[in-house]
Amino acid sequence: MKSIGKFFIFTGQLFVRRESFTTYISLILDECIKVGYNSLFIVTIVSVFMGAVTTIQTAYNLVSPFIPDYVISLVVRDMTILELSPTIIAIVYAGKVGSNIAGELGTMRITEQIDALEVMGINSTSYLVLPKVVASMIMYPMLVVLSAFLTIYGGYLTSLATGIISGFDYIYGIRYEFIEFNIAFALIKAFVFAMIVALISAFKGYYTTGGALEVGKSSTAAVTSSCIGILLADYLLAQLLLG
Amino acid sequence: MIVFNNIAKSFQGKEVLKGISGTMEKGKCNLIIGSSGTGKSVLLKCIVGLVSPDEGKVLYDDRDFTNSDRKRQTEIRREIGMLFQGSALFDSKNVEENVLFPLDVLTKMSPEEKLDRVNFCLDRVGLQNVNKKMPSEISGGMKKRVGIARAIVNKPNYLFCDEPNSGLDPQTSMVIDELIKEITDEYQMTTTIVTHDMNSVIEIGEKVMFLYKGLKLWDGTNNEITNSGVKELDDFVFANRMMKEFR
Repeated sequence: MKSIGKFFIFTGQLFVRRESFTTYISLILDECIKVGYNSLFIVTIVSVFMGAVTTIQTAYNLVSPFIPDYVISLVVRDMTILELSPTIIAIVYAGKVGSNIAGELGTMRITEQIDALEVMGINSTSYLVLPKVVASMIMYPMLVVLSAFLTIYGGYLTSLATGIISGFDYIYGIRYEFIEFNIAFALIKAFVFAMIVALISAFKGYYTTGGALEVGKSSTAAVTSSCIGILLADYLLAQLLLG
Repeated sequence: MIVFNNIAKSFQGKEVLKGISGTMEKGKCNLIIGSSGTGKSVLLKCIVGLVSPDEGKVLYDDRDFTNSDRKRQTEIRREIGMLFQGSALFDSKNVEENVLFPLDVLTKMSPEEKLDRVNFCLDRVGLQNVNKKMPSEISGGMKKRVGIARAIVNKPNYLFCDEPNSGLDPQTSMVIDELIKEITDEYQMTTTIVTHDMNSVIEIGEKVMFLYKGLKLWDGTNNEITNSGVKELDDFVFANRMMKEFR
């Protein structure tokens, strides 16, 4: 309970005694590169393979002659948009970006760089964490959109390569009974997950005490707690928006 | 001038500072000395506000720092420069960006003015042609100099140094001590230095406070320190063989 209270106080600190707007602009741009651009490679790899595997496994499970082939791509589309791209990529994102944020802030804490900011009269929480949270909330939804496209495209390439389903059927299934709200749902999840990963990881890193060993522990704790936060939020959002 | 009254601080029931009072005078190097674990750094952190004392208050030129709101504390903090034990340079910024940082965030100077001021400060601490080097590419002594340049770039009224000589060889330590002394005289700052280096005490300790197990046992000047009559201080001062022989 104490940690939860501390977390909310920490979050509140992001919005008090802020520096000038221009200071944040450059910081946010730097962070966008770190959390977004630098995650492109891993998101691309995971997404393409996720699409490929999902297509094969769905085809493997739908063997009845009464089920048309295009259902395979329809299932891949809905799984991708509703769950795989926002949630699985969020877990990957927590592993890459979350551990990076916790490690960076933890190192800054133990080497007194955060104290140096405070002594200068700068609100270190706001200066260091707010740009990361904002950048995460800008970039992660974009990564989710990219991931959804690549996952579906990965499935398409697999269907062409293996002949499980024809290209025409795959495209037909992708377009069949498309529900626009699913995109909105995926983006809502993306915003929430981005905030969870950035805030929890920053919290874990910011309050690191000790030395290099503790920085490692903070990074691990950041990933673990972020994953739990993502899964809880995933359930709550599904219940609230789809239930 | 900085005045602190009855500063007390405990961590998890363990009393680290037991009601310490003192004055840091303007234009002087005020040293806080004592063995490891006596509460020197905690006292320094209480003075600059990195740690909140359980009791007592700190006054910066009669302005109450401890009981002020965050806004007032921020105003006072912007008059503070601090050199940290490990220099605390920002890893992701080069030397020039490190020194430029307080000006970038806290002032509205033009880019040219800022760069002039940075170069002046780097020059003042004896660093040339290192502007583009990263902190990982320079020596410990150079890092301390960069730390001093960053601390003075915003023309502070108060300078704090936490173990400025830790990890440095005796010669470099002396250079850093002299630099701090010169800067203090030049800008008439209130300089507070936490150290356990006896060379620093002898060289620049115009005003010395001795802490022992969370208590202030003695204060005076470097000239008086060898005749304090305080056993714990004598044990500290004459700890090594050279000092014993000198005695």
